[in-house]
Order: sequence, then structure tokens, then C-alpha cells
Amino acid sequence: MAQTTATTFNFELVSPERRLLSEPARMVTIPGEEGHFGVLPGHSALVATIRPGVVEVHGADGGDVRRIFIAGGFADVTSTSCTILAEEAVNVSDLSLESLEKALGRLKEDMSLTKDDIERSRVTRKINLVQAKIAAVSGKIAA
Amino acid sequence: MPSLKQYRVRIASVKSTKKITSAMKMVAASKLKKAQEQAEASQPYASAMAGMMARVASGVVIGPNSPKLLIGTGSDQTHLLVVVTSDRGLCGGFNGNLVRRVRNEVRKLQNEGKAVKLLCVGRKGRDILKRDFSSLIVHFFTGLAGRTDLSFAEADEVSQWILEQFDAGAFDVCTLVYNEFVSVLTQKPTFQQLIPFKASEGNASNDNRHLDAVVEPVGVSGPYSFEPEEDRILGALLPRNLGIQIYRSLLDSGAGEQAARMTAMDNATRNAGDMINKLSIQYNRARQAFITKELIEIISGAEAV
Repeated sequence: MAQTTATTFNFELVSPERRLLSEPARMVTIPGEEGHFGVLPGHSALVATIRPGVVEVHGADGGDVRRIFIAGGFADVTSTSCTILAEEAVNVSDLSLESLEKALGRLKEDMSLTKDDIERSRVTRKINLVQAKIAAVSGKIAA
Repeated sequence: MPSLKQYRVRIASVKSTKKITSAMKMVAASKLKKAQEQAEASQPYASAMAGMMARVASGVVIGPNSPKLLIGTGSDQTHLLVVVTSDRGLCGGFNGNLVRRVRNEVRKLQNEGKAVKLLCVGRKGRDILKRDFSSLIVHFFTGLAGRTDLSFAEADEVSQWILEQFDAGAFDVCTLVYNEFVSVLTQKPTFQQLIPFKASEGNASNDNRHLDAVVEPVGVSGPYSFEPEEDRILGALLPRNLGIQIYRSLLDSGAGEQAARMTAMDNATRNAGDMINKLSIQYNRARQAFITKELIEIISGAEAV
């Protein structure tokens, strides 16, 4: 195998329901739990957890960078492949700021109504998720 | 002997039953196709997950601080059986076979002096189990089984509930019971231990299916690194793995349900056809007997004149 000269590696994005993406990529940046990291061909083998944020895929053809929002998951990286197990994945371009803010408003309303601790932690998780989405859309790096 | 009209009514009713069963068979066949596609589509994630679990688990030193999901609570006093059945009937022995196995298992565990709790996923299993073990059923979920558009989030609600109960110390061992989809004609009742996590054994056929699909990474130089450290990854992976196992069992059971229904409805259609033939012969015989009788009456009437 001409690993040393390879300029691309196989990038896969799978959700529990189906395989979302499988294509060669030049570089992928992943929001790891302990900081962003980029994956290039020949990356050392790594297993990492991902926090909600944006994965950037630089395709093999050198075209546009594809930005995909991921609601957490795991990354499995070897020198020739990178597999992301995502809980939920959407193209950033498919998210609309308006509807997200509406959803956030609704969730905050829910929050003020709930008293149950378990329910409250559930809503908090949802709020964090929506906030991360909003951050992704407005171009900032999710905090 | 029934009158001619009674025969006609009977034949008409069997005919409409046949129409219904053959329609149900066709519906089940198309749903089966969808269910199989969905089960297939969930394979890449499951196999990637299995590969990752194997990799992480190989790097973890099991100690007293390992996640409880992996090593268990140290006791096996209370068992939770998660019984996955269908929500709807008319699918032959699909639910009955599974429930029979569950019943035996419950009795066996009780004889060993263990406490048993039941979590029913699917209405049918709950209905049947309620007769014998109504006090053991701690919770149930409906509306998940046999759907062709089941999302992972919905299946995850079941695993969330299990995890909450486990954290609360409600049980020590959790076993998943479901009908494994072997082929259209065969669904195999399968017991799979979820907590504490077992790599294979008992469900070897299942796990092999996944592990075979895992493409072994080529050219891995040096050992894996983990970010964050193995223990924490494992702590995040295990609940997810639980969710994926339940999701997979629901999909498998859903495909099995449609297959079982298809077979059952095929049989029912064939039986209805046989019955129509039998009734038609009886009807024709009765009609002939009736005509003969009328002729005799007319002739003997004419003779008498």
C-alpha cells in the first residue's frame, strides 16, 4: 500500500439508523471532548469521544468544505480511515437560525415549568444541544 | 343438514376472510422488506461500535473502579428480563414461543432463589405475561415494536430507563430476550446478557455477524491512543452500546414479526382456500340432492294423478 504517498483517507459518518456518508477526504476536523483535532492521512490510531459541534470535511476533490453538525458521538481513527459514530448529524446549511431560536425559546419555557429533577436535566441537555446548533450556524466554534 | 342459503352465506364469509388474510400477507411482505432494509442500514454503526468496544476493552485494566456496566454490581440476586415482543397479534407463534421461553427462565431463576423483574417492550408480551407474573412486571413500553420507521432516539428511551433503574440499584443482571431474525421462516428466541456487559457467548452468532463485518484496520502502526483515557471512553461507550443493542433487537424483532405474520397469513389464506373448496363440494351436493328431491316429488305427484 502506498500509504506514505496517500493524500486522502476514507471518511465514514454513521448514525444508528444508517450510514450517512462514506467518501475519501483530505482532512477532517473533529470537535473532540478534549479539544478540536484535525485528521490527515496517516494519523496515529485514536479513539476519541466527540462533544456537540461541527465536523468539517475537506473533500478529496479540493472543493468546498462540508460542515456537518454532530450531537456528540465517537471517532475511530486509523492511518487509512476515520469513522465517526454520531448520535445525530445534520448539514449545517440545513439548520435555520430562526427555527432554532424558536425551539430554544420553547425549551426555556419548558424549563421554567418543570420542577422534576430528572425532567429538568433532560431539558437542560436539549437546551445545550440547541445552543450548540445555534453556535454552529452563526459560525462560532461551539463552546 | 344446513340449507342451501346457509352454505352460500358460509362460503361468502370464508371468501372475504381469505381476501383479508391475503391482503395482510401482502402488507406484511412489503413491511418485511422495509424492516429488513432498516436492519441492514443499522449494521455499519453496530459493527463500528463492536469494533470500537473490542479495541477499548482490550486496553482497559479491569479493576474495582471499572464501570459497573462492565463488571456488574458483584451480585446476581435480582434479574431484569427485557422482553421484546410485538404490539399486534395475528403473527402465529411469534410471541407465544418467546413468552414460553421467558416463563421457563423466570421459573428457573425463581427456583434458584433469585428475584426476577420483567420489562415488557411490546403489548402482546405484556398481555400474556400478565396472566402469570403480573406482580413481576415493573414497567412496559408500547408503540416501539414492529414499526418500520423506528428512530434510535425512541429505542434509546428504553435503554435510558434501564440505566436509570440500574443506577438506582433496582437489579444486578439485565438480560434482553427477543426473537432473532434468522430467515423468513425462522425466528429464534434469543437471550442476550446486557448488564454486566458480555463480549459474546450465548449470542455468538450475533456478534460474529458484526465482527465479520468489521474491516480490520490496515496498517495500524503502534497501539491505539485514547482521548480521553480508556476508562472514560468506556464509561460513555457502554450506555451507548446498550442503546444500540436494544435498537438492534427491536429492528430484528420487527423484521421477525412481519416475517411471522407473512407466514401465518399465507397459511391462513391456504386454509381458507381449502375450506372454500370443501364447502363448495358440500353445497353442490346439497343442491343436487335438493333438485333430485324436487324431481321425485314432481314425478310422483304426476303419477298420482
